Amino acid sequence: MSTGIMIVILLISVAIAAGFLLALLWSIHQGQFDDDYSPAHRILFDSELKKRNETKSNT
Amino acid sequence: MNKKRRRERQKINIEMESQRALKVERKCYHCGDRYGGRSIYYDEKEFCCEGCKTVYSILNKSELCDYYKLNAHPGVSQKVRYRKDKFSFLDLPEVEQKLIQFKVGEQVQVTFYLPQIHCSSCLWLLENISHIRPGIMTSNVNFTKKEVFIIYNPNLTTLREVVEALADIGYEPHISLNNLEESFHQTSDRAYALKIGIVGFCFANIMMFSVPEYVLGSSIIEAPLARTFKALILLFSLPVLFYGAAEFFRSAWKGLKHRYLNIDAPIALALIVTFGRSVYEVYQGGNGYFDSLSGIVFFMLIGRWLQDRTYQAVSFDRDFKSFFPIAMHVIHDGTIYPKTVDQLRPDDVIQVHNQEIIPVDAILSKGNAWIDYSFVSGESEPVSVEKGEMVYAGGKQIGAKIELVVVKEVSQSYLTNLWNQQVNKNKQVVNRTALDTISTYFTYIVFAIAAATASYWFLQNEIEIMWNVLTTILIVACPCALLLSNNFTNGNILRILSTNQFYLRSPQVIGDIAKISYVVFDKTGTLTQHQKSEVRYEGVVLTEEEKEQIAGVLSQSYHPSVRLIDDYLGVHTYREIQDFKLTEGQGVEAWIEESHYKIGSPQFTGVPRGAAKGSQVVVCKEGQVKGIFYITNAYRYGIFNLVQKLKNTFRLAVISGDNDSELENLKAHFGKEQLFFDQKPQDKLEFIRHLQQNEKGLVMMIGDGLNDAGALIQSDVGIAVADSNNTFTPASDGIIDSSRLAGLDKFIQFAKDGNRIILFSFMVSILYNIIGLYFAVQGLLSPMIAAILMPSSSISIVLITYGMSEWMARYRGLNYKENNK
Repeated sequence: MSTGIMIVILLISVAIAAGFLLALLWSIHQGQFDDDYSPAHRILFDSELKKRNETKSNT
Repeated sequence: MNKKRRRERQKINIEMESQRALKVERKCYHCGDRYGGRSIYYDEKEFCCEGCKTVYSILNKSELCDYYKLNAHPGVSQKVRYRKDKFSFLDLPEVEQKLIQFKVGEQVQVTFYLPQIHCSSCLWLLENISHIRPGIMTSNVNFTKKEVFIIYNPNLTTLREVVEALADIGYEPHISLNNLEESFHQTSDRAYALKIGIVGFCFANIMMFSVPEYVLGSSIIEAPLARTFKALILLFSLPVLFYGAAEFFRSAWKGLKHRYLNIDAPIALALIVTFGRSVYEVYQGGNGYFDSLSGIVFFMLIGRWLQDRTYQAVSFDRDFKSFFPIAMHVIHDGTIYPKTVDQLRPDDVIQVHNQEIIPVDAILSKGNAWIDYSFVSGESEPVSVEKGEMVYAGGKQIGAKIELVVVKEVSQSYLTNLWNQQVNKNKQVVNRTALDTISTYFTYIVFAIAAATASYWFLQNEIEIMWNVLTTILIVACPCALLLSNNFTNGNILRILSTNQFYLRSPQVIGDIAKISYVVFDKTGTLTQHQKSEVRYEGVVLTEEEKEQIAGVLSQSYHPSVRLIDDYLGVHTYREIQDFKLTEGQGVEAWIEESHYKIGSPQFTGVPRGAAKGSQVVVCKEGQVKGIFYITNAYRYGIFNLVQKLKNTFRLAVISGDNDSELENLKAHFGKEQLFFDQKPQDKLEFIRHLQQNEKGLVMMIGDGLNDAGALIQSDVGIAVADSNNTFTPASDGIIDSSRLAGLDKFIQFAKDGNRIILFSFMVSILYNIIGLYFAVQGLLSPMIAAILMPSSSISIVLITYGMSEWMARYRGLNYKENNK
């Protein structure tokens, strides 16, 4: 009995791991690892510029 | 009271200090270049040239001045701005069609290569370019590739306007003939990442399912569970062998077909044997070596990836076409229209503007031509061409616009022929590395040991042990540690060198650099700086008034020396001239405020040439010689220091396409070493070949222009020097940024260190192999020991090579962080 449960758990764990593998493969395919500089710096930029221009166009 | 006064005095001192500092440190607000001439003020900021100011004013208008806040002086010098209708060829449908990647309805997608991209400011500005040109919908920068991907609406803007918007803010895209011929290349880095991801996943799972057996022993685990473990392990090992390790089999097979054993042959054999024996053992109820197998494939893939990683922004295989413009302006029946270069036919009349490269052999029909052939021939001084004379492809016009009549098509020009000749004589690329040689011996020794032990057990009549031992030896003696040490050391050395802006084409070059005995330098553009000359004045001290008068007279001439002298004088106002006479290629005569000036070459002014070499411009006022401007090549900073250091270890030579005006100067630094001048590209190639036949060691050639292209290919290690803003270099084995050239001796030393590190880790890995073999020949190697020994040897080799190469880099002063301080 316990063996059967073990095997089920085993298969579930492999399935979860496989899910993460698929996520990795997808992200590689998306090109998320192609450029390691831009995203890291892009996140530091203020979005002020866009806001400023948006408010301008609204008024 | 006293204190107060002291404080005040201190304050004054500080102010004076800062003023002095300001005077010395005059840096352009846009590009950060130090400059000597007059400043241009705009918005309370100092600029070195009109171009830089223009960029600033555009950004200021669009409220994009955060560009200057993210990094100080993020711009690239704008001294040479693009001409107004330079990009009119982008309106041609056939050019547009070739550049555009995708077009649907209101969306056009296009990617440009922008060699100027270098910091986060660039990134920020380029991704906000839609504020400057509203038709642009999205712009996305790929920093590592130095590319920008743009989507624009063709109803609101055109391809030409997009390119002009980029050029306006100082990021002129590089559009060349090659762009039109090749599609954008996909890199192999993704394939490696996929492979490492999948193999890593399999390796981790196999390890997880193997641990219970090792820790608990097979007796405790229930049989159905143990069987499930084994089934899963076997399942996971399949992608490792057939997908992950496929390239080792392919490479081994390729080597065998050419009848030699490369390092991959014994590895492929070991992998097959390991897998076969493991399947057999599992069938027998054992465990097999799947964990070791997958672990080794995983580490080897990482090693390969580190070593073969490409520098995407650096290209080693450019041919001359990358340097050419895509289109020229053709004049036909009074109208001017653009025409792609490959469609130029004899008798077409083309217009060539300042700083443009002439793509075809042609005859000058109109204008004053000063052709700079430095890239093609190595001559440092521009040549004056008379009407009706030939102008050859590859030359660059300096000065006002000229008109040429095409004589030959691009494919038949002198330059194309020169290039094709040299490429045909390409050296035979020998693919055997030192590693392969060692691995060949290694394989033979392993086979010998395996045969000896197998026959021993066979004579003992222990057939089962014989098979057991035979396979174990082949598994344990797998030279994967050898390969790992090599890949990881090379990978790390390439990485460290690249942070020092020295890029090598392949890891093999490291080994070649370690073996050089002869270093050959080009002069123009290599020892000397590109487009930079030193001006020296000798004679009667000029008053401020005279300086302004001279500048005024010179402003009438297009001679390339004029701008240099103008910069040297650094005057703010020009005096108005009354009457002038220009003798092309000789000098100018003019009346200015009741004074008569005659400025020009020694022949023109009737003054004997000064003793010093280089170009000379004589200034005569009222028939009296005032003084002489000497214009000489500016040598790169620290270059002669490098020569001094290299002289102790290597033979040196200078081989230049220029005249021998610098002979004496170079002799002082090179001493007895060989100096050659007036050398044609073919002579350079022959000289390298001559050295290769007579020298024991390898020959390194350092050059920059097309005139060195043949010699760079012929030499064992061809290093191209790239100025930071000019990333276009002839085909070579390595590319070095000009600012780092002075540290070349360190790089050579470091390459030698790399070879020593590899040798050391070879020995460590052989030690591991001996220990493994010691157990294996006795038939004692249990899966447990193998499972511990193999990954731990791999990991320790990785740590040793990495640690040692990092330490050597620090020792040689190549540490990136320290360098940037």
